[in-house]
Amino acid sequence: MSESNKAANTVAAAAVARYRNNFLKEVEERVEDGDMVKMCMQCGVCAGSCPLGPHWEHSPQKIFMMIRAGKRDEVLSSDSMWMCTSCYNCIVRCPRQLPITHIMHGLAHYANRLGMVPKGQPTRDIAKLFWDNLLKTGRVNELKFSLAMYFKDGFVQGIKNALAMQGIGLSLMKAKRLSPMEIIGGHKCKDQSGIQKMIAKAREIEDRRRGALA
Amino acid sequence: MAKKQYAFYPGCSSQKGASGSNFATSIQLMNEKLDIQLNEIPDWNCCGASIGYGEGSELQRLVLNARNLALAETNLPGQDMVSGCPACWLATREAAERLHKHDNLMTDTNEALKEAGLNFKGTVKARHMVEVLVEDIGFAGMKAPVVKSLDGLKIAGYVGCQTNRPFGIAGESFENPMYLDKMIETVGAEPVAFDQKVTCCGGALAFSEPEKSQKQIKDIVEAAYDNGAELIVTPCQLCQANVEIYQSEINKKKGTSLNMPVMYYSQLLSIAYGGGAKEAGLDGNIIQSAKLLEIAGKS
Ligand code: SF4
Ligand code: SF4
Repeated sequence: MSESNKAANTVAAAAVARYRNNFLKEVEERVEDGDMVKMCMQCGVCAGSCPLGPHWEHSPQKIFMMIRAGKRDEVLSSDSMWMCTSCYNCIVRCPRQLPITHIMHGLAHYANRLGMVPKGQPTRDIAKLFWDNLLKTGRVNELKFSLAMYFKDGFVQGIKNALAMQGIGLSLMKAKRLSPMEIIGGHKCKDQSGIQKMIAKAREIEDRRRGALA
Repeated sequence: MAKKQYAFYPGCSSQKGASGSNFATSIQLMNEKLDIQLNEIPDWNCCGASIGYGEGSELQRLVLNARNLALAETNLPGQDMVSGCPACWLATREAAERLHKHDNLMTDTNEALKEAGLNFKGTVKARHMVEVLVEDIGFAGMKAPVVKSLDGLKIAGYVGCQTNRPFGIAGESFENPMYLDKMIETVGAEPVAFDQKVTCCGGALAFSEPEKSQKQIKDIVEAAYDNGAELIVTPCQLCQANVEIYQSEINKKKGTSLNMPVMYYSQLLSIAYGGGAKEAGLDGNIIQSAKLLEIAGKS
């Protein structure tokens, strides 16, 4: 964990202490669109809408119920939020118009900031690789991203993963849709430093606001 | 006729040598014939995609998208911003609407944007390429330049998720949107009834949860076969890549023999407008449609 993350966690821990037994309030104040959770009427429409539904331990409906029941650890360490494909089925179907996708993303992000995501959660790991890749140059470099993804579980597993996907990689290269040139140069923004500064500033502003809550 | 001008946001997948580069190729002839001029937004950045939320915070993701909006507003004033990628469009439009609605977010965003020497006033509208075709050009307008009919070709119109939800094309239903079928008819081909029209392909989870996503993809491709389709057509870069690329993996694992071509609507239009295989970016497809190649080869 980086120093800035550690510092942020200390701030977060102080802020969180204030909610003690009121997890719903914590979610309302600290999770993206969390203030809408209380609007859920438990109809179950969203639970039947997730494409990877059979693999979710807790559907959005269940997660919202658990938040109200104060099950903080179960919710934040659930890997269900990480099964969201961002298909937006739930959003257009929910009779109460909860921004379910945003809440799921927000919960995933919040759990990640607090370091409560189960270790090795693949979507979390890939989300991190993706974000790091994008912050480096302002644009996503698909080749470096794929390589990082194959090697995220270590060198030996990486070689295995890369070999398993070799056929796909080669056919994409043949079709000029995966460029080996990306490894040495590749696409990037001119104002990389401006982008990095602006992203750092955004985090600073958010911490300032969250700190004020503590 | 004066060309219609738009601020163009290509997105990472449409860059040269990237997974959606053949989409970028195919829209050139299409836009030329439809008198659409796309002016690339200078120094645009990644939208954060659907998976950016894991690491990127709410404001960080807003700011990323606001930077592109601000660049469009400053450099290409008065032009709607257009993206061909549903994920880019969704992220940008969501950001624009949120900033419009919440003054405090706008203030925070502009404080961060200042670090990159920019300011966003909130005047830009974020649109999808398909909206431009359907709303600004219209189906009659799309039909006008057709010189080669794609007669007899049976096509499954696969709309997928993010072109369709949460925003979608105005006036269309989320569960059974019709515009893609109408576009297929516009080029003289036949849209088949396709029950997996708006099913999710797994999105970015194709990388992290391959087994689960490949089940989605298998259902989509098999439904296309069951309904007699000879190819699938889609408006989405991620759908196109996922549904085309993983068929060989599924065949290896499940003993199936899936080999269904997956094309962009723009590739169909480009061929119907007289483009050859190269102009339509067919060389970027891994699974070819013999029939479409033949039509593209006719002069
Ligand atoms: S669809 Fe909406 S109201 Fe129904 S359970 Fe899900 S979140 Fe609650
Ligand atoms: S957007 Fe996420 S939570 Fe909503 S239906 Fe799709 S997978 Fe489920």
